[in-house]
Amino acid sequence: MDRRGWLVRILAGAGAAVLAVALAVPVRQGVQAAPAKPGEVKVSFVTFLSGPAAAPFGVPARNAAEVLVEQLNAGKAPAPYGAVGIGGVPIRAVYTDEAGGADKQVAELRRLVLDEKVDLVIGYISSADCLAVAPVAEELKALTVLFDCGTNQIFEDASHRYVFRTAGHQILDSVGAARYVLRADPRAATIAGINQNYAWGQDSWASFRDSMRRLKPGVRVVAELFPKLYAGDYSAEISTLLAARPDVIHSSFWGGDLEGLVIQGTPRGLGKQGTLVLTTGDTLLPRLGRDLPEGLVVGARGPHGALAPDIPLNRWFKSVYTDRYGIRPVYPAYHMAQALLGVKAAYERAASGGEWPTKDQVIAAFEHLTFETPSGPIQMALGNGHQAVEPSAYGVTGPFDPKTRERRLVRVVRFSTACVNPPEGMKSAEWISQGFPKARCP
Amino acid sequence: MSTLTIIGVDGVVFAAWLFLISVGLTLIYGVLRILNIAHGSLYALGAYTGATLLLAYFRHDLWPLGSLAVLPLAALLVGVTAGPLIERGLLQRMYGRDEILQLLTTYALFLILEDVMKLVWGTSPYYAYRPYGLLGQVSLGGVVYPGYSFLLVGIAALTGAALWAFVNRSRFGRLVVAVIHDPEISVAMGVNLPRVYVVTFSLGAALAALGGAYTAPMIAIVPGIGVEVIVVAFAVVVVGGLGSLEGAALGALIVGVVRSAAVHLLPTLELFTIYLVMAGVLLLRPYGLLAGERVRRL
Amino acid sequence: MIRLLVEGDARPATAGWALVAAGIGAALALGWVLPRWLTFVVTQGLAKGLAVMGVVLLMRAGLVSFGQGLYYAGGAYAVGFAARLVGLREATGHAALGVAAGVLLGALVGVVVARYRSIFFAMLTLAFSMVLYGVLIKAYTVTGGSDGMPIPLPTLLGLPVPADRAGAIVYDVTIGCVALAVYVIARYLASPLGFLMRAIRDNEVRVQYLGGSVRRAIYRTYVLAAGLAALGGVLGAFNVGHIDPDLAYWTTSGEFVFVTLIGGLEGVGAPLGGAVAYELVKSYAFKYAPYAWEMVVGIAMLVIIFLFPEGVWVSLARRRRRTSP
Repeated sequence: MDRRGWLVRILAGAGAAVLAVALAVPVRQGVQAAPAKPGEVKVSFVTFLSGPAAAPFGVPARNAAEVLVEQLNAGKAPAPYGAVGIGGVPIRAVYTDEAGGADKQVAELRRLVLDEKVDLVIGYISSADCLAVAPVAEELKALTVLFDCGTNQIFEDASHRYVFRTAGHQILDSVGAARYVLRADPRAATIAGINQNYAWGQDSWASFRDSMRRLKPGVRVVAELFPKLYAGDYSAEISTLLAARPDVIHSSFWGGDLEGLVIQGTPRGLGKQGTLVLTTGDTLLPRLGRDLPEGLVVGARGPHGALAPDIPLNRWFKSVYTDRYGIRPVYPAYHMAQALLGVKAAYERAASGGEWPTKDQVIAAFEHLTFETPSGPIQMALGNGHQAVEPSAYGVTGPFDPKTRERRLVRVVRFSTACVNPPEGMKSAEWISQGFPKARCP
Repeated sequence: MSTLTIIGVDGVVFAAWLFLISVGLTLIYGVLRILNIAHGSLYALGAYTGATLLLAYFRHDLWPLGSLAVLPLAALLVGVTAGPLIERGLLQRMYGRDEILQLLTTYALFLILEDVMKLVWGTSPYYAYRPYGLLGQVSLGGVVYPGYSFLLVGIAALTGAALWAFVNRSRFGRLVVAVIHDPEISVAMGVNLPRVYVVTFSLGAALAALGGAYTAPMIAIVPGIGVEVIVVAFAVVVVGGLGSLEGAALGALIVGVVRSAAVHLLPTLELFTIYLVMAGVLLLRPYGLLAGERVRRL
Repeated sequence: MIRLLVEGDARPATAGWALVAAGIGAALALGWVLPRWLTFVVTQGLAKGLAVMGVVLLMRAGLVSFGQGLYYAGGAYAVGFAARLVGLREATGHAALGVAAGVLLGALVGVVVARYRSIFFAMLTLAFSMVLYGVLIKAYTVTGGSDGMPIPLPTLLGLPVPADRAGAIVYDVTIGCVALAVYVIARYLASPLGFLMRAIRDNEVRVQYLGGSVRRAIYRTYVLAAGLAALGGVLGAFNVGHIDPDLAYWTTSGEFVFVTLIGGLEGVGAPLGGAVAYELVKSYAFKYAPYAWEMVVGIAMLVIIFLFPEGVWVSLARRRRRTSP
């Protein structure tokens, strides 16, 4: 028989073998009866482990997860997180790469839940992945904690039972940026934006622009640029921005794109003729060090990283992270800490009766929970108790500190949670257009 | 200042980059009649090698501007190692086979090289941006441009001129032209065909790597940068005419200016202007703008 | 039936139809027995397998389409838009709409590409798929840009699909569509059009001298391939529950081409089986060797190209020797 015939037979045989193996594996339906205390809690952490978002974002988040899981399993975390693992049960961590696009992540989620049978999933940096994964998590009834992505659409355009987000969304960054900018430069008359062309970038710019218009009517938009996510080369866009000469340039760029923008833009004077606001700029501080210019307005998506408060939990987190990895944690690491500690707090609250909680009990405990984190207390206040709110903070890059090997942030202003988050039941766009009702600002 | 000036400058800078990344592809096609899908991977190899050399260079306290000379070195390294390895080891076995099979071979090569790079250099981004700011800034039309952009234009022009001189004035270049026109007769006239092939392929690989090396100081070098470059280079080369060096220059100029205009005037179209131009040119001139006559043999 | 699957021979056998019905019945039942993860992967493979079959049909004439992603994405986004704009939920409606969209798109694009051969055909099809990619990315307000769109669970013949049965039901719908597609392809292969494509591969000019219209044959086959890929896109959309512009990126089309290579051109079962095997290998390879599996695919391709010069390629290889290398 010719070779092709053999090839077909080999393929058919392989296919049959795979089917046989699969059928031999017992078919297990979802377990929902009140479980005995399990031997371990299997948690999958999904962050960027490859690609341009890995080094500034995904890897710090993964590192935070790893060191925290170690500490928690050894029972070495400070109060109120002293119990081993989660409620006395050690955590088994599985790390999954978020790279590859939303379709791939949806397929991966199905694999993690159906094939690897993880107990819960903590992950997702990219808003695109969050938006794709949330409905599927609901379909699979899989407990999923979004730890970092920032689009406000998750709980504003839909409601979810099995999905939680332990970090605030972009509204606090955008409104905080607008308020900070107007304090720093009350006469700012023209604004421009360069944001990535997807939910995060579009939502961030829309909120910033509308907040500016609300807080200072008459402000003019001179450029709105939306290059593709991971585009990498922004020479033409930078030329456009320089030519337009805005008073304020807003960018919610993150990861490798942000580094590319700063590397390509600052030698050409971006940030010198007007104010350049980088809402996720905290990750640049340790990575670019002295090469990061002075005078840039930098945010950390809340009180994290360089803007984190000096409280015992933060001191502990910084020291275990830095001891392990030689570099201080940036805000994605803080977000991961929030997520993991929030989950632990929820499980332990639900288990306070002594029995291991069911999924529904964990959900009930997690909703509207307030828990302590290295960034201060986090409250699950929006989205029917599934969406967290945080305060915001911004500072300007100042003199280089040879001890920390990064620039210090000066002229730091903090905005309270009530100042930069909409009240429950109100969408971000509405809240801005109605003039920030119920906001309490300094 | 005038938007037209800005579009023009940005267009020319982008065109220079496009020329550098495309000219190797058209050269290889012209001589070996192979459309090298792994071209983008060679570009990425050049970027990674360039970055590694730059980082090594800056670890020692040497003259900063000298780092710019490191980049052609990186291209050369890639050309003389990857070039003969690929051509002798893989492509040589595919001569005489169907064009499509050769295309698929280079596609397989692309898949392999992508992972080889991940295994050698890892998946974290490499940054070698120091040379980018070394040449100061130039103010044109009210907008500040980095001197590096004009270096790129200079390198592209130099490369184009050198290639032209090589093909039209050197002895080896004449052999290459002969092979382009008719390989069979060239062999009959005593041309060492295998040597022409391996030298040309290595040259093409080095050119791709040169494009990558000079791009290295501008971007975050991560796995996958070659993937986009392949399609862009194809578009440029197809517009100008596969196998034509002048076509690569013309194609680069057209695509560069059109894309620059799109970014400034119609940002929504920016992403696919390149492919629209390509499709448009192919509709009017099926073999590109400057391609030679194609003889159809029965 | 076996002859059709293995050798592409569509002449009906005696006990053929009973066997076919039994086979389809068994396949349908399998969806309720297999672990959910496996049905998901198999469905994904079958959906992509439909697109691969389109590539196979074109490759029989020596044309490699590097742009079937255009139609795969087209079908998927037709579903997305119909669900979002019109609120359409019915699976059969989506399938019909998706195929119609693919056929329409193919009819338009085919007018242009059917004039080209070889590398230019490949490059032009690639270019068109990249144009769609660019449009999908940039038109954020309409298409969701690089975020893509969620695909809500469909209804089947008017009845809602419960979430915990969705996997098996989508699998069954896929089996049904694939069976239909196989039937259509069987008729195609047995028709004059099918044979004409083989003749075109051998010697195009001779076909013209014999009175056949080469351009019409290629055009019609191209439209058929477009419809198949679009149907695959619809099924893939239901299966994953989410679509994004990467479906139109050239690497998706490259995957289709690769699977064609491992399956070969002569059978109908091989493209489908190859696609399913590829999806299985891909998901497990990604889990265990995330940074090496592409290399493995590339090496496998080279092995096939070098070790199987006959069989798959004897037809293509025979066409050579008329122009210099």
